[in-house]
Amino acid sequence: MPTKIEKDSLTGTDTTGHEWDGLKELNTPLPKWWLYTFYATIVFAVVWMVIYPSIPGWKGTSGWVAREAVVADVAAAQARNAPMMARLREATPAQIAADPEMRAFATAGGRVAFANNCAGCHGAGGQGAIGGFPSLADDEWIWGGSLEAIQHTIRHGIRANESDDQRQSMMPRFGADALLTRAQIDDVAEHVLSFTSRATDQAAATRGVALYAEQCASCHGERGEGNREFGAPRLADQVWLYGGSKRDIVAMIGNPRAGVMPSWQGRLDPAITNMLTLYVHSLGGGE
Amino acid sequence: MGTIEAPHRAKADRPAATQAAADQPMYASRVKVYPKRVFGKVRSVKWAVLIVCLVLYYVLPWLRWDRGEGVPDQAVLVDISNARIFFFWIELWPQEIYFLAGGLILGAFALFAVSSLFGRLWCGFTCPQTVWTDLFMWVERWIQGDRNARMKLDQGPKDANYWTRKALTHGVWVLIAAATGGAWVMYFNDAPTVTWAILTGGASLEVYFFFALFAGFTYLLAGWAREQVCTYMCPWPRFQAAMLDENSLVVTYRDWRGEPRGKLKGEGHGDCVDCFACVHVCPTGIDIRDGQQLECIGCGLCVDACDSVMAKLGKPKGLVAFETLKNLSASAAATAAIRPGPERQKAGMAARHMPRFIRPRTIMYAGALTLVSVVMLGAFLLRSTLDVTVIRDRAPLFVRLSDGGIRNAYTVKIVNKTREEAPLALVLSAPEGFRMVVQDVEADAQGRPLLPRRADGIAQYRVLVSVPGGRRLAESTPVTFRLLDPAGRAVASTSSTFAGPRP
Ligand code: SF4
Ligand code: SF4
Repeated sequence: MPTKIEKDSLTGTDTTGHEWDGLKELNTPLPKWWLYTFYATIVFAVVWMVIYPSIPGWKGTSGWVAREAVVADVAAAQARNAPMMARLREATPAQIAADPEMRAFATAGGRVAFANNCAGCHGAGGQGAIGGFPSLADDEWIWGGSLEAIQHTIRHGIRANESDDQRQSMMPRFGADALLTRAQIDDVAEHVLSFTSRATDQAAATRGVALYAEQCASCHGERGEGNREFGAPRLADQVWLYGGSKRDIVAMIGNPRAGVMPSWQGRLDPAITNMLTLYVHSLGGGE
Repeated sequence: MGTIEAPHRAKADRPAATQAAADQPMYASRVKVYPKRVFGKVRSVKWAVLIVCLVLYYVLPWLRWDRGEGVPDQAVLVDISNARIFFFWIELWPQEIYFLAGGLILGAFALFAVSSLFGRLWCGFTCPQTVWTDLFMWVERWIQGDRNARMKLDQGPKDANYWTRKALTHGVWVLIAAATGGAWVMYFNDAPTVTWAILTGGASLEVYFFFALFAGFTYLLAGWAREQVCTYMCPWPRFQAAMLDENSLVVTYRDWRGEPRGKLKGEGHGDCVDCFACVHVCPTGIDIRDGQQLECIGCGLCVDACDSVMAKLGKPKGLVAFETLKNLSASAAATAAIRPGPERQKAGMAARHMPRFIRPRTIMYAGALTLVSVVMLGAFLLRSTLDVTVIRDRAPLFVRLSDGGIRNAYTVKIVNKTREEAPLALVLSAPEGFRMVVQDVEADAQGRPLLPRRADGIAQYRVLVSVPGGRRLAESTPVTFRLLDPAGRAVASTSSTFAGPRP
């Protein structure tokens, strides 16, 4: 490629010396303002790199840290919410429910706290799961669905041995500890099924009546109505924590399972346990 | 004044602008334009338009419009933080921003229609660039004198007089620019409050930023850049050619009458006396006698300039005029064989026809304009001020109840664009046996839940619908929620579904 630099007659500018099929390229200088703006951006970039943490390992002269900006934002948000949080801490759930402003704040915040702390077991919308994770959205409560009962359960937990006021219940292991024979357990299970008209073996169900009255009725009630005092679930309905088939019921009688819920007091701000109380109560089952 | 050349394009010996461009380099440095003062019909219209536009712009944010307690009382306000646009009696929500889009479409079609009829009316008369430049030139003329005085000032010694006049001019420009930037932020903030805040240093950073941005660009574009904005920056001159045709009115020099140009005394000359009056008044510094040019903004000041020259010479006006290119060639054809003189002028004018305003192009623009207007008007008149939306819970889809029944939860939102707060009764239209409970509300005498509205806002409620156990239920059952006013009329409704287990 020929590299003869010539002067262009019309513009008075040099060519670059490049030529393609007779076309020559002018070496027109950049406009001054453009060039200086370009230099200014280079200077700006260098200054920026010195001031801010721009290269791995270099912390910048300003000491600016992204993390601190987040911490400051969180602190500012907390400061903004502080008066409301103080009110929520002191109020009873009933007082919060009666005050529309507090109630709205509590349910909105409770939704977030629930997602952070509770949804892992109880599901995103409090729907629970068969196998020991009670639904919080239905109308069946083992320990009670009033605001006070919910608050108590959240604060003290269930069988976690973290609080003296925890919810505590223990169903005997009728099969594992040989309190009942396999046939007797079968009869009791048929009788339990008969509460919801699902018994398939009437004779067995009848045999189970006396056994049930003797072994189970003191906690679960004469007609399977349950007892929240002892956390004995109602048996005469369609909500089953560990499944409602005959097999599930036989298994539960023979070797009962019992879930554990931590005590949240001490783990969460009392204002937040109150917010959770309101939120859980609003899921649909609140009493 | 012999040292001053006319602007670079204005060489009288060039027959057409196209040829003038041939031997020019790609880049031309700016030749400063010193527009001369001019009197005449077009100038008067331009002043009137300028005053109306500026008064509208500066005064509008100060107009008050009472909307009641707790609502901004500014007639025209874009309230960004509360997400509302107020325009006299109209209040728009963000989801109605399409009205703004519709307004812009309307503006675009109006612009196309006007351009195809009358050429660059927008550029020459109402474009903010033209209006503010005109205002800045008026200030310049007022302080530094007319064209000749200004040129003398620029070439003369840089003495006290020079600096005083320059400083004074720029000072007034900056004041006007500040008022312009200030008025801009007033459209987005309460005018008296924000004015006071700006003056006392108490306004927010955003306000100062936009204030400075608009003030700075007003000063820059109207004070310094001027015709360069139209020639180099604005896209409109590039594509407006698509709207113009030979029937559009444009500013033209009737060359069939003016040529050959020359001094008054000579023989065989046309009516143009080559006095450069039209060139000297031109705000973009071009010579209209070179023909149609991109730079010409169609302001018509050269029409006024030439008309007053013709009046002085006792010749008919209209050597430079708003004229269609069709008429221009008709006149040229009719006078090709006639010698310069009054006969030629008469013959040329007689060959003209009334411009054709009704053409396929204008009919189409007018049609589009009408269509968009009708659609917009219809949308506006049918615009609802009350809406209800329902969102069904997805997690869980449904809840099984202890009696074997199924329950769904919904979030009902009442979108209320009025100040009315009276509660509305919510009723559910669903198959027999569906029961509805709304959390945290009272019921009316018939036991229907009463949902309070939020004035100019959205009220949100959690609604539980349940079906008792022992009932056959489809996987999805359509349901409708309706809001009833106290008279029992349905004022809004929306449908949703009720989810059940797979049968
Ligand atoms: S040529 Fe005439 S109409 Fe065009 S910009 Fe100049 S003065 Fe205005
Ligand atoms: S003002 Fe009229 S007479 Fe004077 S130069 Fe322009 S066209 Fe010719």
